Amino acid sequence: MDSVKVIEIKKSIFESNEIDADSLRGELKAKGVFLLNLMSSPGSGKTTTLVRTIGLLKDKLRIAVMEADIDSDVDALKIKEATGVASIQLHTGGMCHLDAEMTRQGLDNVPLDGLDLVILENVGNLVCPAEFDTGACCNAMILSVPEGHDKPLKYPLMFQVCDLVLINKTDVLPYFDFDLEKCREYIHLRNPKARVIPICAKTGEGVDAFAQWLLEEVTKWKN
Amino acid sequence: MHELGIVFYIIRDVKEAAREHGVEHVKTVVMNIGEVSTVVPEYLTDCWRWAADKEDLLRGCELRCNLLPALTTCNACGAQYPTVQHGIQCPHCGSKDTVLKCGNEIEIKEIEV
Repeated sequence: MDSVKVIEIKKSIFESNEIDADSLRGELKAKGVFLLNLMSSPGSGKTTTLVRTIGLLKDKLRIAVMEADIDSDVDALKIKEATGVASIQLHTGGMCHLDAEMTRQGLDNVPLDGLDLVILENVGNLVCPAEFDTGACCNAMILSVPEGHDKPLKYPLMFQVCDLVLINKTDVLPYFDFDLEKCREYIHLRNPKARVIPICAKTGEGVDAFAQWLLEEVTKWKN
Repeated sequence: MHELGIVFYIIRDVKEAAREHGVEHVKTVVMNIGEVSTVVPEYLTDCWRWAADKEDLLRGCELRCNLLPALTTCNACGAQYPTVQHGIQCPHCGSKDTVLKCGNEIEIKEIEV
C-alpha cells in the first residue's frame, strides 16, 4: 500500500508576486521612474485618455507606455502614432492580468534611464488586475459612464486598490441613468482616500486635472 | 480564464515546494478558498486537470478545495457577521464602516505525496 505523507504549505498564491512587486517598486524608486498602473473594463477609453493626457504632459515629462493585451498591437501603434512617445506592446498569452514578473519583463524593453513616467495599460478587466500587484507606484482606473454608477459595489476590490478613479465619457451623461454623486459615494464607501476626477477623453474636459495629478505624483516620487 | 491564471500560480508554488522537499510526484493538492475570493472551485478544478496533466510531477494529481466562510467585522459596534448574506452594511447597527476579516483566501494548504 502507498503511504501518503502530508506536507503543510499554507502559502497564499499572491505571496511570491507581492515580494516581486515590492522589489520592482524599490528599483523604480532608485531610478526615479514613476510607474502608473491603469486599469478598467474593455472599452472604457484607456487608450484615448492616454493620448490626451500625454499630449498635455510630453513637454514636461519623459514618458513611455506599455500596452498589455491578450492579443494584437493596435493600442501600442495608436499611442505611438498619436503622441510620438515610445510605446511597447505586451502580450499576456491568454492571461487576464499582468503580474509583477510580466511587468518587469516588459520594462526590460523600455529605456528606463531616460524616463520620468511609464504608464502601464493593463488588460481590460475589473477582476484579476486588481488582485495582482504589478509593482506600480500608483494604481488608477477608468470607469466610463455607460458602464453604470454601481460598478464600485460589484467590483469592490478594484476600487479599493486604486488611488485615483477617472469617470470617463461625461459627454454622454444626459443619455444614461448614471448618477455621478452616487458613484462617488460608492467609491468612497470602498476607499475613502480615492481621488475621483470626471473626464471626457473625447472632448478633453477634465483631462488637465488628471495630467496635473500625474505630474504631482511623479514629482513626489522623485523626491 | 481567471481560474486558469490562478492554476499556473498554484503549479509554480507546488513545484517549488516539491523541489524543496525532494518530492517526485504529488498525489493531492489541498487549497483553502475563501467564499469571496472570486475563485469558482469547480472552474479551478477543471483548469487544474487540463494544466496539471502536462507536468510529470502533477500527472493525475487531484486538486481539493476547502471553502472558507467570509466574515466581516463592524468597526462601529464590533459585531462579526457573514459577509455573503449582508455585504458591506452591518446587520446589527446599520453602519457601513466595516472590514472583511476573512474569506478572500486563495492559499495552498498542503500537499499529499
